[in-house]
Amino acid sequence: MIVKTSPEIGGLGHSVKRKEDLRLIQGKGNFVDDVRLPGMVYGHVVRSPFAHARLKGIDIANALKTPGVMAVITGEDLAKAGLAWMPTLFHDKQMVLATGKVLFQAQEVAFVVAEDRYSAADGAEAVEVDYEELPVLVDPHRSLDPDAPILREDREEKSNHIFHWEVGGREETEREFQQAPVKARVDAVFQRCHPAPLETCGCVADFNPATGKLTVWLTSQAPHAHRTLFAIVGGIPENNIRVISPDIGGGFGNKVPIYPGYVCAVVASLKLGRPVKWIETRSENLQSTGFARDYHMTAEIAADRDGKVKALRVKTLADHGAFNAAAQPSKFPAGLFSVCTGSYDFEKAFCEVDGVYTNKAPGGIAYRCSFRVTEAAYLIERAMDVLAHELKADPAELRLKNFIPADKFPYQSPLGWSYDSGNYAGAMHRALEMAGYRELRQEQAARRAHGELMGIGISSFTEIVGAGPAHTFDIAGIKMFDSCEIRVHPTGKAIARFGTKSQGQGHETAFGQIVAQELGIPVADITVEEGDTDTAPYGLGTYASRSTPTAGAAGAMAARKIRDKAKKIAAYLLEASEEDLEWEPGKFSVKGVPGKAKTIQEIAFAAYTNIPPGLEAGLEAVHYYDPPNLTFPFGTYICVVDIDKGTGEVKVRRFVAVDDCGNIINPMIVEGQIHGGLTEGLAIAFMQLISYDENGNVQGGNFMDYLVPTAVETPHWETDKTCTPSPHHPFGAKGVGESPNVGSPAAFVNAVVDALAHLGVTHIDMPVTPWKVWRILKEKGVVN
Amino acid sequence: MAQKLQVHVKLNGREQSAEIEPRLLLVHLIRDVLGLTGTHVGCDTSNCGACTVLLDGRPIKSCTCFAVQADGHEILTIEGMMRDGQLHPLQQGFHEEHGLQCGFCTPGMILSAYALLQHNPSPSEEEIRWGISGNLCRCTGYQNIVCAIQNAAGKMRQKEAAA
Repeated sequence: MIVKTSPEIGGLGHSVKRKEDLRLIQGKGNFVDDVRLPGMVYGHVVRSPFAHARLKGIDIANALKTPGVMAVITGEDLAKAGLAWMPTLFHDKQMVLATGKVLFQAQEVAFVVAEDRYSAADGAEAVEVDYEELPVLVDPHRSLDPDAPILREDREEKSNHIFHWEVGGREETEREFQQAPVKARVDAVFQRCHPAPLETCGCVADFNPATGKLTVWLTSQAPHAHRTLFAIVGGIPENNIRVISPDIGGGFGNKVPIYPGYVCAVVASLKLGRPVKWIETRSENLQSTGFARDYHMTAEIAADRDGKVKALRVKTLADHGAFNAAAQPSKFPAGLFSVCTGSYDFEKAFCEVDGVYTNKAPGGIAYRCSFRVTEAAYLIERAMDVLAHELKADPAELRLKNFIPADKFPYQSPLGWSYDSGNYAGAMHRALEMAGYRELRQEQAARRAHGELMGIGISSFTEIVGAGPAHTFDIAGIKMFDSCEIRVHPTGKAIARFGTKSQGQGHETAFGQIVAQELGIPVADITVEEGDTDTAPYGLGTYASRSTPTAGAAGAMAARKIRDKAKKIAAYLLEASEEDLEWEPGKFSVKGVPGKAKTIQEIAFAAYTNIPPGLEAGLEAVHYYDPPNLTFPFGTYICVVDIDKGTGEVKVRRFVAVDDCGNIINPMIVEGQIHGGLTEGLAIAFMQLISYDENGNVQGGNFMDYLVPTAVETPHWETDKTCTPSPHHPFGAKGVGESPNVGSPAAFVNAVVDALAHLGVTHIDMPVTPWKVWRILKEKGVVN
Repeated sequence: MAQKLQVHVKLNGREQSAEIEPRLLLVHLIRDVLGLTGTHVGCDTSNCGACTVLLDGRPIKSCTCFAVQADGHEILTIEGMMRDGQLHPLQQGFHEEHGLQCGFCTPGMILSAYALLQHNPSPSEEEIRWGISGNLCRCTGYQNIVCAIQNAAGKMRQKEAAA
């Protein structure tokens, strides 16, 4: 049980208003592009117009003559310093600036540095590049064809195959399929899309030749890891590198990798001895930085006639583009995709994934997702609906019949995960009740009788977040712990620093509440800092919904260390033995002696002014938290749609979301995260697509072509929660930022398919555009 | 290098002038030349609205307006929203209703909402959603932004009634 603190303390469970708001609502935030340093100059990247071409020559003479231009850096220049290539975060390497050939449209070819933004762009226009076009490979299904062009001449293996990965029992699953009376299959593409945070990526690199110190203001979700990689790749001593992630305008996984522009800005600053700013345009952001998904998946379920599921078989082709720049734990080429058995009690399962190269932008990043969990949740929730269709069963009842029962936790999944806790039926029943499910089905039948198209879609997802335990999880070798350092000042106020980095999640408030809960210091008196590698303890950063499960846990553990020391000081001040003291948030009292107590503020003062003999002065602690397991948030979402037969437009009439993320730090922030994640799920289901034509020209390369929802397309969200605490997290939390984005795409698509199910439709690939729906209506003879 | 031109603007009530290239965008005049960085750039196609400012009271996307076009005009940015050291009701509303997460869209969003409330002091939810439809937010899902604007509209009407 969590003790509820007073509103003044503002510990767990209080909807404390956010501290970070005050600067942001006044236009006083400090985003990377707001950083201005004396003598600062600007970089601009020259990009390839071709998806696959030999680089025959680069002429920089005119660029250098352009007024304001100070330097032009090419791949050949970088090659001399051994920096033409850099490692990706996943067992591959990537060109910083092209040498030899280019492999995707908008690939980085040269970097122009000038006195101001405009001159840098002028200089980039004046760089002349001689290309010889090569055959382009766009379709991942063609990557392994014998006549496909081999894209990566740098690799020893002359093939476009990157990896094969499999988990589970192939033969035993096969046997189940041979015996099963009922089978369901879905072929689903989770389309290539892009996180598109509203702030693009960028940096200011400032090398000081006098001190040898490099400071980089960076749009980074993982500043500490980036510092280490700069040190390893660039050969700069790590103590001479300071990475600062200031305010970050949204990340959603886009700001986990290191991009060529950052490296070029650092190289330019080293070369010129001046600060160099590089800020992407939106087009550059969408065309060249980390895309997500592009999973071409098949799922098959074997079941008995009563609808009890027996086995799951999944086969997937993963398009990674020109370089495998996935940002995920090094032992997991397909991330945590093997959570694809979802919320259901499968006895047997087998999952295999093959990764391939194409002439597209590199990536495979985790877009508001704990490493391919969104793909997994979408696939299993779609497949369950196809099975329901096959059996003519109600999709809610089919799910209830197959949920992992609440008494079976901790649950060992057939693909190797140990689910910490869950009560899937509880969330489902709450959602069905909120939605008025029975009445909705009656309404649907009545409308269908009148020829109207109404659909109800359900998704009962399970997530896997909080990476992760050091024995299994690392990124580029660095274990995925996270950290907190707390200093309590003499006057009882405190500063807490974390290894994570908020990009809008509200850590300055929520993480303060964790410390407030544990120490009873009012949240208003606690400053939270992240993102400066010179001051914050080392951590792996914020993505994969890992901040609360890892750094949040570290915050509680560090605070408990402080409380242990505070107890010793209190015992000394109260002339009592430690065993006779009892704690309530904010003070230690002597048991049975009313009024004999010392507040945490009095204790903090004593830690610096009246130190007990034999005890060190000060009241500080650091904790590096290695989680014993991942956490498994879950929920049930129900979407109701109406389809306009004339236009194919889908109107989301209602969306009910019941989430269970364990114990909650700040209900207001959690609800805000759910609204935002659902909106990104809506965007993915109906709008967002990065596609390519046959020549490799990117078709979703700006906000005119890459559609993201406005307030008008976005429905009103109806949210509620159940609470099943994590048994292994210090305060029972699980993490929530990604659940709504992971769980909702299937609910939207299931609703649309449900509206058309009586016409024999069992699947529509995302994005479900009016054009796609209208074409189906035409095919089925619903419209002329 | 093109010939430089002199521009004069009244920015948040203060007369300012600068010598600039004719191709300089208004957003860069505001941010890079005059040093007010609360106005942001989120795209290059006039879609996202992060750069929204008011030009003579009308919301415009300052990334799609040359600075010279603003010559002789009044500009209001997020830095000009406070009155007498007090947060504007819209700023309060965004804070109270959790109408922002990363905060990057917030200045433009607040200025669009301000323009909306100037001509429609009691907008319906649908009118608010259309009123901010030129401003993208990737974090909040808009619901709490709607609440924030309703909250502010209520406060502004009360103030109006009291005056």
